[in-house]
Amino acid sequence: MPVAILVGWQLWTAHAHSPKFPRLSTILVDFRKEWLFAQFGTHVVPSLERIGLGFAIGTAVGVLLGVPIGLSPLLRRLALPHIEYWRAMPPPALLPISVVLLRSIGNLQKVSFIAFFCLFPVLLNTIDAVRGLDPTLVDTARSFRVPWPQWIGRMVLPAALPQIVAGMRNSLALAVIMMVLSEYFAATNGVGYVLLISKNTFQLGPMWAAIVLIGLLGYLLNALFLLVERRVLAWHRGWRATVPQ
Amino acid sequence: MLEINDLGKTYGSGDKATHAIGNVAFHVEVGEFACVVGPSGCGKTTLLKCIAGLLKPSRGEVLLRGRPVTEPPEAMALVFQEYGRSLMPWTTVRNNVLLPLRHKKLSQSERTALVDEAVAAVDLTRFLDHYPWQLSGGMQQRVAIARALAYQPFLLLMDEPFASVDAQVRGDLEDLVLRVHEQFGITTLFVTHDIDESIYLADRVIVLAHAPTEVKEIVPVALPRPRDQIATKALPEFAELRTHVHRLIRHERREEEVAPAPIATTHSEPTHA
Amino acid sequence: MTSELADAPVAPEATPVWRAVQAHRLAAVALPVLSVAAALALWELLSRTNTISQRDLPAMSTSFRALWTMLQTGTFWSAFLDTVRGWALGLGIATALAVPLGIVLGSSEVAARAFRVPIEFLRPIPSAVLIPLLFLTLGTNLKSEVFLATFGAFWPLLVQTMYGVRDVDPLALDTGRAFGLGWLERLHRITLPSSVPYIATGIRISSTVSLILAFTAELFMGVPGLGQKVNFAQAYGLTDQLFALAIAMGFLGLAIHLAFAALEKRALRWHPSQRQGAA
Repeated sequence: MPVAILVGWQLWTAHAHSPKFPRLSTILVDFRKEWLFAQFGTHVVPSLERIGLGFAIGTAVGVLLGVPIGLSPLLRRLALPHIEYWRAMPPPALLPISVVLLRSIGNLQKVSFIAFFCLFPVLLNTIDAVRGLDPTLVDTARSFRVPWPQWIGRMVLPAALPQIVAGMRNSLALAVIMMVLSEYFAATNGVGYVLLISKNTFQLGPMWAAIVLIGLLGYLLNALFLLVERRVLAWHRGWRATVPQ
Repeated sequence: MLEINDLGKTYGSGDKATHAIGNVAFHVEVGEFACVVGPSGCGKTTLLKCIAGLLKPSRGEVLLRGRPVTEPPEAMALVFQEYGRSLMPWTTVRNNVLLPLRHKKLSQSERTALVDEAVAAVDLTRFLDHYPWQLSGGMQQRVAIARALAYQPFLLLMDEPFASVDAQVRGDLEDLVLRVHEQFGITTLFVTHDIDESIYLADRVIVLAHAPTEVKEIVPVALPRPRDQIATKALPEFAELRTHVHRLIRHERREEEVAPAPIATTHSEPTHA
Repeated sequence: MTSELADAPVAPEATPVWRAVQAHRLAAVALPVLSVAAALALWELLSRTNTISQRDLPAMSTSFRALWTMLQTGTFWSAFLDTVRGWALGLGIATALAVPLGIVLGSSEVAARAFRVPIEFLRPIPSAVLIPLLFLTLGTNLKSEVFLATFGAFWPLLVQTMYGVRDVDPLALDTGRAFGLGWLERLHRITLPSSVPYIATGIRISSTVSLILAFTAELFMGVPGLGQKVNFAQAYGLTDQLFALAIAMGFLGLAIHLAFAALEKRALRWHPSQRQGAA
């Protein structure tokens, strides 16, 4: 089926003779030329850095905030309006503000922007998971007087991990989108920047090559994440398999 | 060792109040194996949670070694009915048993020794590095028991631990608990709804009345130890005790007058005319 | 309760418990309000004291005043309606396409397997990459905006619908077959009702995505709407308008999210908890 689509694409673009839709073969040639490996360092690496940092920071903060908020009804009530408001905010609405406020279009602004919005899926899932902790597990920890740091580190976090990881998967997809948007909006390098520049200079080949690259990046990052998730959550799959539904 | 005085627990207020526990009082001696038995819904679990310090009673007090219990005491360990939700699926049997020991002031080698000893006592040494969910239900409950043992408590509380285990395995687990009690001499309070089990295991059986929960009677069990699934249950004394407790509980379900003496039986006399 | 309770004392916590419940209810309302008030006050403070220069961070009061002024202009509301229109069309078309397709793909094992790879490949593509393409092909108008919004909203809804259809209890289907229900009837009476919660979740997710992309199209391509206004405000350095518009967008997003989350909850209510994924 995927082969059929690719073949269909090639045939259609070859037939259409439209400059805006170059043939698939041309695109692939351009792709090879630009990205393997000439411009890789100049653009792909900074983009990946931004995704990586933004994702890492956003996830870490999401978990760090999510655990106490999930555990404390007081904190939850205090945090509720803020969480509900910011999670629904369309991220591009804050793009210009992030540039103005942080006075930069460099990594600081981009990573902050990405991290801020990556926070929310992880935060929400962490809160959900912590609130939904099995009461028997809680009673077990209390009956053995497990001290607070071990309770959080060895029991709450591992128990919440499956849901946190699900949130992280969403965050990763979000990080890629935010990276592209922020680079397209204002940047001096990065794949989003290349996309913008090639559009502005009507270089269709490189533009399509950039599109393909971004698509590939999204796909590969997702696949990589799934791989890591398999290892980390192997226990969870095994456990779910034995629990009667 | 354990004293329960006028314990009561009420949820809600006014006429919507639910009296989970009415007035319970009993005591457990050092080294004793006491069973608490009663009809379903009579607040056995609530009672155990109050004793364990997980729930605050509305009235009365629990004294462990003379000191009031306000939160889970250091000297106590609990085995839950739902072993699947009490054990941690993300780590091995070894780490599960080890967890409660981590905050005790012990050296690493002492902890390891305790874990090994406890796991050996429940015959699961081969599975130390397995995950709990890789084991059968009965084995998982054994892990939970090992975890309680390694903790070296003075009082062991067990909340219907074998209710979720299938019947054949239950007998083995009962014998395991007796063996462990013999070996380590820990005072044990065992809650169950299974009358046979309660008599088989106990030195004394505390029979609870239905809502509001009260101690109906404390039945001493003078059966010889060591107990045996076949021999002990074949004894006539076992049958008498069994009938007596059944009557006490059945009365509770039917709310009729209890027959005064355990002699007026309905089962056939051993001798025939 | 039986007569045995006649002399059992009334639970001593009767009055304190009632008071606790009242305090509880008060806290549930008061705390969030206090929290928001505190945050707004902090904003005002940071800006007025020039901890962050007022050029970069207009004071809270300034921003809200700008918002209030804007709300009274016609241009704001026409832009607002433009954005809402783009959002609604994007969501609507995506739903019209994704739900039927999702049902078909979800019901047929063969189709699902055939389309699995293309879907898995196209899903993670950030819809944002289409912007330059749309700019060059469809132009900077509503068409581009709707295309972008539809494309983005399509995938989550498709996947959710497929999951919902696949998750139907096979026992229920077998029962239907045993009662002689035809394929279409089984679909209508068993599969669809059971997938509604999943579809409701999918629509909630897609509603958010559609708004983001509609706005993005306006911001980057100059399609009329609130995004375009943000673009102008940024170009002319009207920082307080920037903030005012951001506040407005936040509330628009909030309104949409709350509305569809409420719908989702209703759909889930008469269904045993079978939710898929979170956030």
